[in-house]
This record gives sequence, structure tokens and C-alpha cells, in this order.
Amino acid sequence: MAEPQPGSQPDIDELEALAKRGRLHVIETVAHSGAGHVGGPLSAMDLLVALYFRAMRIRPDQPDWPERDRFILSKGHSSVGLYAVMAMRGYFGVEELSTFDAGDSRLQGHPDMLRLPGLDTSTGSLGQGLAIGLGMAIGARRRKLDFHTFVMLGDGEAQEGQVWETVHVAPRYGAGNLTAIVDRNGMQQYGWLLPDGEEHRGNRGDPWAGANLRGAFEAFGWRVLEIDGHDFGQILAALDDVRATSGGDTPTVILARTVKGRGISFTEGRSEWHARPATAAEAEAARLELTAPEVNGSNGVEL
Amino acid sequence: MSRAQRDVWADTLIELASANPDILVLDADLATSTRADRFADAYPDQFLQMGIAEQGMVGTAVGLASLGFVPWLSSFGIFFTHRALDQVRMAVAQTHANVKIGAAYTGLQAGLSGKTHIDIADLAIMRAMPGMTVLAPADAAECAAMVRWATATPGPVYLRLGRESGPDVFGADYVFAPRVVRRLRDGADLLLVSTGQQTARTLAAAELLAADGIDAGVIHVPSVKPCDEAALADAAAQVPLVVTVEEHSVLGGLGGLVTEIVSGAVPRRAAGSRIVRIGIEDIWGESAPNAWLLDRHGLTPTAVAERVRRELAAAS
Repeated sequence: MAEPQPGSQPDIDELEALAKRGRLHVIETVAHSGAGHVGGPLSAMDLLVALYFRAMRIRPDQPDWPERDRFILSKGHSSVGLYAVMAMRGYFGVEELSTFDAGDSRLQGHPDMLRLPGLDTSTGSLGQGLAIGLGMAIGARRRKLDFHTFVMLGDGEAQEGQVWETVHVAPRYGAGNLTAIVDRNGMQQYGWLLPDGEEHRGNRGDPWAGANLRGAFEAFGWRVLEIDGHDFGQILAALDDVRATSGGDTPTVILARTVKGRGISFTEGRSEWHARPATAAEAEAARLELTAPEVNGSNGVEL
Repeated sequence: MSRAQRDVWADTLIELASANPDILVLDADLATSTRADRFADAYPDQFLQMGIAEQGMVGTAVGLASLGFVPWLSSFGIFFTHRALDQVRMAVAQTHANVKIGAAYTGLQAGLSGKTHIDIADLAIMRAMPGMTVLAPADAAECAAMVRWATATPGPVYLRLGRESGPDVFGADYVFAPRVVRRLRDGADLLLVSTGQQTARTLAAAELLAADGIDAGVIHVPSVKPCDEAALADAAAQVPLVVTVEEHSVLGGLGGLVTEIVSGAVPRRAAGSRIVRIGIEDIWGESAPNAWLLDRHGLTPTAVAERVRRELAAAS
């Protein structure tokens, strides 16, 4: 499909096609660089596409537009997913994705705002993004700007203590213009050792429902929305919801249940794809699965 | 006796805030110690209480700075340089955020708080951080000038603030300039190099030495980073002995800075200089009265002068 023009509203079919293209960019970019994360960028892809192509008020040709919505990829190791979406959205050319992780590249392994216009901060050390987002949200109120700040976290990242410092304090500042989005894929790099006698999870890499994030956020005074993070209907509804309540006093967390490695049959739910490049054969297999509309002129293959 | 630097810090910010609504003070629940409470009373709308959560506070300041605010952070130095170091590193320094760190209670004199609150490694840690400006005022006048300069100058600044008052070194007309080192006293026998509130004690030590006929020069380094390295190298080259004196570990702070400069001077202008580093040896602090701590760690004027006499005797 063609790049959506500014002001256009891609429909769900178009968003799904964009997400397939984004996933292909992820697998090919990491294969090309020889290192990088795959599982997280794929689980977050639908959320990122919905944010950049529908929900966020942004101007890719004016990345420092003062009234733009802010986005912070707190789980900075999923940078390649963000870069793929930013490239598709027109912040830079998709050909630049091939420089990912190379010396002097603007596309660093973890996002570097001083190198790449369009990044609202630098991230990579986990747990830090939400606090920065709170500062932006408070600052927006003080400046009387009505932009919204979105911060994407991993559910593994939510183990970092700094996250909860900000969860604790954000309602005190009435930050209804702040939304945390948890890419809840249930899987992290090493995973968790099995307790004695527990067998049903199979091995440490299996998905784990994790802590009671709803209860935790609610206990600190946040509004919680739970969605399927791969269902564009639910994603867009949630993002519309937080936009509508942006003037309120209660920050929102969107707990988006996702599948790590989503979208490619052999990476879905497989912890070993947390961070590993595809071989040439795997990349080709992924390409076949994700055949994008502009490649074969069809509407893409079913996954 | 001059006013304490924490008092000067707060009062200067109050003075500046009257003309600058973008100045914000963020506190991690130590305002009554750091004196940020005065600012909160004067400008309640420009004060943000972030709770006992230094890491979150640092990040929130970064977000505010991105919108043109000038956030000053209020906590003890130790909690910036140790607890929230990762946030200072990634969110502040690596983005060159316009965040100002008001690091109170630094050095040995941490109000009887002991080893958990004494920060004797802050200069070493912060000067190893690319893009960070590291300032250590000698007295009230220099502290006020630094607060004004830092507020007006974009970029991250770490400001080392003493808890206790100390003697004045400079006049009220003092103007701060980054990089510049200040020669406070000429002397042919040796050069004392000092920073922060130790400089007043170092000057007093030079007076004691002069009474013995020992002619000690004194240079004060207000800006540990950036620093006029050539000026220090040139000054070191004029004397056979250089002694650094700091209320800080002997590892990596001012002593480390001077040693690096002299060893790397090209041409080796200071190659003949011997360097002695006076400071806290490689041990933890403890809770004790200030005078006791300064004496224990050899930082009183008397102790510094005595150490210099020993070093000169050993060299002759």
C-alpha cells in the first residue's frame, strides 16, 4: 500500500498490512545487522502501528513540532520495531533501516534522541521511560498544551523499581494526559525458574501471566484498560478512550496482552527469539509469510 | 562566617524565580534539609514534591526540561551519584538535558549522618560522565554565582553543595566562568590545588606554612569539569611539589584530575612535579562531628600544613 498521507486515516485492513510490513522490516533489519531484538518488536508492532498511523498527533516532516504527542519507548531494546514504524510513517527512508546498529548510524541499538529526530527521549536502561513521560505530561499542563504522552513498557520491565516510583506519584499530579502501554507478552530474556513441583509451564521460557498488574496499577490510583494488543479494533478503542479522557486527572495504563514474536509462525511464543537474527532461510520464510501487498499486489497472505 | 551553601542555593533560586517562571524545584522529600522548603514557601507553584523516589524525580525533570523548564533537583548528593546514577547517566547526561542537580550534604560534613550519607566519590563519578558540568563552590559568593550561571546555561550541571557554613574566600562581586581556575596565592616552594569548601582550609594551611617560611601557592578549581587543564599544567610546572587537597576520596576526584593533567601534559611541562593527594583515603566515612571528621581525615589547616611539611622533608 502507499504511505498514508498526512491527515489520512488508514482503516484496520491497512493497519494490518502496515504491521505485516513492519514485521518484515524487523526480521530483515536484524538479519542484516547480525544482532538485535526480534520478539519484543514483533509483539509491540500492532500497538506501534496504531499509535503512529492513527492515534498520535504527529508531523513526521516536523519532528520537533511543539504540540506533537510524545512517545517514549521505555523498552528501548525494541528499537528496531519503532524504527520500522517511523520509517514507514515517513520520518526517514526505509532504506536507512539497513544502517541499524552500524557505526555512526542514527538507528542505534537503543534509541538515541540526539541522533535521530523524532525520538522524544533516549532509552535503553529499563524502567526509566515512565518518569520522563510524567515530566512531559506535567510540563504539558504547565504550558497549556494539550498533547498526550504515551509510554510503552514491557511487562518484564515492570519489575524495575523506578517504574513504581512514577506509578506512585503520577496520580498526585493529575496526569490524565499520560498513558502507559504495557506490551504484555509474558516473556522475558531468561524467564523465571520453576518453583519446586510446578510442571505445567513446561520450561522457564514459557509465557507467564506475571504479577497482578491491573491490581497494582489500580491500587496506585491509575485507570486500567485491558485489551488484546493484536486486535486493532481494541487498540484503537483504547487509544481513543485515553485521548477522550486526556483532560482528566487520572493517568491510564493500557495492559495490552500480546504474543512475543507475533506474526511469524516460527517466532511466535518462542523465547529464543528474544534477540537473535534470522538466518537467510528464516528471513525468506518470514518474507513468504508476511508477503506485503506492494510485493505481490494482493492483500497479503493470511498468517 | 559566611552563609551555608545550601542556604545560598535556595535563596538564589528564589531570587531568580521572581523573574523566571520556568525555574522549577523538584524535591525527593529532603526539602527541609536542602533548604528547598524556602523555595516551596516562596514559589509553591514552581515546587514539585516527588516523594522519596530519586530515580523517578530525575526522569521527571528530564521530561520537564524537554518543554523548556529549568528543573533544579533537591536531594543529598549521595542519592544522585549513587542511587539515581543510572538515571543521571542515561536520561540526563546522554540526552544533554537541561537538568540541574543541587547535590546537598556532599563531602564529609553530612550532618552526623555517617557512611550511608557521606558522599566522597561524587567528583570522581560525575567527572567521568561525558557532557556533565561538575561544580564545587568554595563559599557563598561562588555558590550564588554558580547557581545563576547554571540556571542561565543550557545543559546538565552537577553542583556540589556543602551543608555547613565556612569562611568566605571571594567577595560579593565574584563572577563565575566555567573552566577557569583561580589562583588565590603565589608561592615558589609548592602548589596547593583545592576545590569546594576545602579551599578555605587550604588557604589557611598556606598561611600556617608561610609562618614557617614555606612559600605555598594556592589554586582553587571551582569547575572540576570542564577545567582549564593547560593552566593547571603550567602552574604545576613552576614548582617541585604539587599537593591536591579535597573533601573527597583521593581516588578519581581533584587529585585524579591533577595527576592526569600533569602526567599527560604535552610537552611535559610539569614533568618534574611530584604530586601528593590529600583527601579521604580509600575508606568509608562514619558519623561524627565535622571537626572530628576533618581532623581524622587530615583536612584541617593544621593537618594539611603538617602533611606538607612531612612531604617536603621527605623530598629533601
